Amino acid sequence: MKRIISCTVQNRGGVLNRITGMFSKRHFNIESITVGESEAEGIAKMTFVVNVEDEHKLEQLTKQLHKQIDVIKVSDITEKSVVARELALIKVTANSQIRAEIQGLIDPFRGVVVDISKDTMTVQVTGKTDKIDAFITLLKPFGIKEIARTGVTALLRGQQTKSYVAEVSSLTI
Amino acid sequence: MAVEARQKTEAGKGFVTGADLLIEALVEAKVEKVFGYPGGAVLPIYDAMFRHEFPFEHILCRHEQGSIHAAEGYARVTGKPGVVIATSGPGATNLITGITDAMMDSLPLVIITGQVGQGVIGTDAFQEADVLGLTTPITKYNYQVQDAKELSRVVNEAFYIATTGRPGPVLIDIPKNISAELTVQSESNTIELPGYQPNVKPNALQLQKLANLLEQAERPVLLAGAGVLLSDGTKYLREFVERYEIPVVNTLLGLGNFPGTHELFLGMGGMHGTYTANMAIYEADVLINIGARFDDRLTGKVANFAPGAKVAHIDIDPAEIGKIIRTDVPIVADAKTALQALLAMDIKKPETTEWIAKQKENKENYPYWYKRNEEKVSPQWLIEQICEKSKGEAIVATDVGQHQMWAAQFYAFNKPHNWLTSGGLGTMGFGLPAAIGAQFGRPDDLVIAIVGDGGVQMTIQELAVIHEHSLPVKVFIVNNEALGMVRQWQEKFHGERYSSSLLTKNPDFLKIAEGYGIRSMLVEKEKDVPGVLEDVFAYDGPVVVDFRIDWKEKVFPMVAPGKGNNEMVGVKP
Repeated sequence: MKRIISCTVQNRGGVLNRITGMFSKRHFNIESITVGESEAEGIAKMTFVVNVEDEHKLEQLTKQLHKQIDVIKVSDITEKSVVARELALIKVTANSQIRAEIQGLIDPFRGVVVDISKDTMTVQVTGKTDKIDAFITLLKPFGIKEIARTGVTALLRGQQTKSYVAEVSSLTI
Repeated sequence: MAVEARQKTEAGKGFVTGADLLIEALVEAKVEKVFGYPGGAVLPIYDAMFRHEFPFEHILCRHEQGSIHAAEGYARVTGKPGVVIATSGPGATNLITGITDAMMDSLPLVIITGQVGQGVIGTDAFQEADVLGLTTPITKYNYQVQDAKELSRVVNEAFYIATTGRPGPVLIDIPKNISAELTVQSESNTIELPGYQPNVKPNALQLQKLANLLEQAERPVLLAGAGVLLSDGTKYLREFVERYEIPVVNTLLGLGNFPGTHELFLGMGGMHGTYTANMAIYEADVLINIGARFDDRLTGKVANFAPGAKVAHIDIDPAEIGKIIRTDVPIVADAKTALQALLAMDIKKPETTEWIAKQKENKENYPYWYKRNEEKVSPQWLIEQICEKSKGEAIVATDVGQHQMWAAQFYAFNKPHNWLTSGGLGTMGFGLPAAIGAQFGRPDDLVIAIVGDGGVQMTIQELAVIHEHSLPVKVFIVNNEALGMVRQWQEKFHGERYSSSLLTKNPDFLKIAEGYGIRSMLVEKEKDVPGVLEDVFAYDGPVVVDFRIDWKEKVFPMVAPGKGNNEMVGVKP
């Protein structure tokens, strides 16, 4: 099952290495990681999309994350109201004859053309992972030359509609 | 900046380099012994030690692996953090085994490694290794100092992290320019670890659940691990066990946390544990684990481990709870704190008379057994003799393999903090240097290294330290001219094909000892054992004794790999 784990960490040297090393040592399967500065100085936010077999494996993963000295907070936000976004850049084969046709696909996905050359155009699209997957599928017949994706980053919504709280705190068990 | 620093330091107390700050921070941390080996990248640190007139004792081991196992031995018997210094590159990589060993067995170590200067890091400079990258998965935490001003805080944090919560090794990598160059005094040494809260009080609700389980129990078993020793909770364990009359099983590393001759003690559990201990866990209806991590050598096949029991697990590390065995009552706490909290509760004593009678019967019917071999020395009997002659009160360090299991089975530890063995990692070569570290930590106590003829050759150079410091360590080589445990498995599971496990061309251990100026003896017949042991224990210097045992000796009883603990073989002669 796919889970989105949000992690607040102290931004010290080697922290990403320590965390990804732990994932690989314990055979956790990471689909994507995003890392960036947070609103507080010296504190970074990491968002992982992981694929775990079951609840037991998930519990181990969050506990092992929590155990890291630099990790301040771990939350499994999969079941919460979140804003989750990924950005993709897609370079697609497009000569002048078919550019308009591609433009017709871009608009409903609120994509933006960010580069055009004689034979290609590069489109930027933002959204949830499944939206981006769908967009890529639509572009495939035209011939995709290159794709770069950022992986998911996420924040909790300001107001939580669901009562289910999946926050993980190793201290309360 | 450099000029300003120099002026400041000249006005102050002489010259201050990063290395001076390091030495001061180590003194501040109350370090008494450091096990180390000098080299290019730590020259400034060794120079500062010299200039400060060695405010702590520096013990020069003869290989970095020796240094770190000695530090582990020191930490295990004193409860204080072991401190190690090694140089960059090969100095640091030679520590890897010991760091991993300390990580697996939760020993508090602070390891300082030199690094090449910051200007050449990343250029494959002479004696450069990516120590931070190499040690990240095997340390509780690690640092590379980026500025001398951080040193005091980093050292302070390192000791705090290593010794609190679940103890473990912390490494500090110091580039040579930082230890060498003049600097201004450190910034504050205040610990800044917002993500680390190691002091956990047990949850009252969960404690009550444990109490309820215990009250209802008909067949309770208490599994006590090294956490009880690390938290110094042995006194409370005994009080708890005696108040509620619960049979106790030890893990390998837990030995000594409960008196080995106590009537409620069932022995060690697991692969080479007692039949009584394994069957008690198998039949238990309530299993209380205090400070053990359900290692696979203890559990055997997980499905057959305590299949009918409600499990309560007390551990300082939440990640250990539910990792291997499903747990009904999880309690995140230090073993001592949890035991104190339990002792303060009003819990009805369960009715366990029949259950205890059964354990007593099992203990009588299924003790560890062996056959005497008067032609050579029977190793099990040898350990019994060592135990008897040292009154069960010696500090015993072992390597890994058959002799380790015999020592665990036949040396009855009645006191805590006297048992040093590499449990999790299973490191050959651990015993001799660990015994050295233990002797430095507790100079007045009898220290015995029980080692194999294989393992001792991995770190035998450390005899030089015994000689140099006239340490009265007794080194007992249980010599079967084989890598005994490997050979035993080859006999049992690989059709007696002894692939590379027979050491028929061993060196003359007596001459090696003699070369290091250490008294040595050969014992080939069982009848000579008591006399030699009395002689050795009466002698106040170091001794190496080469005990010859039969190469076909095996460790029993045994749970075969992949089998459940209820399927032990060799439980009777």
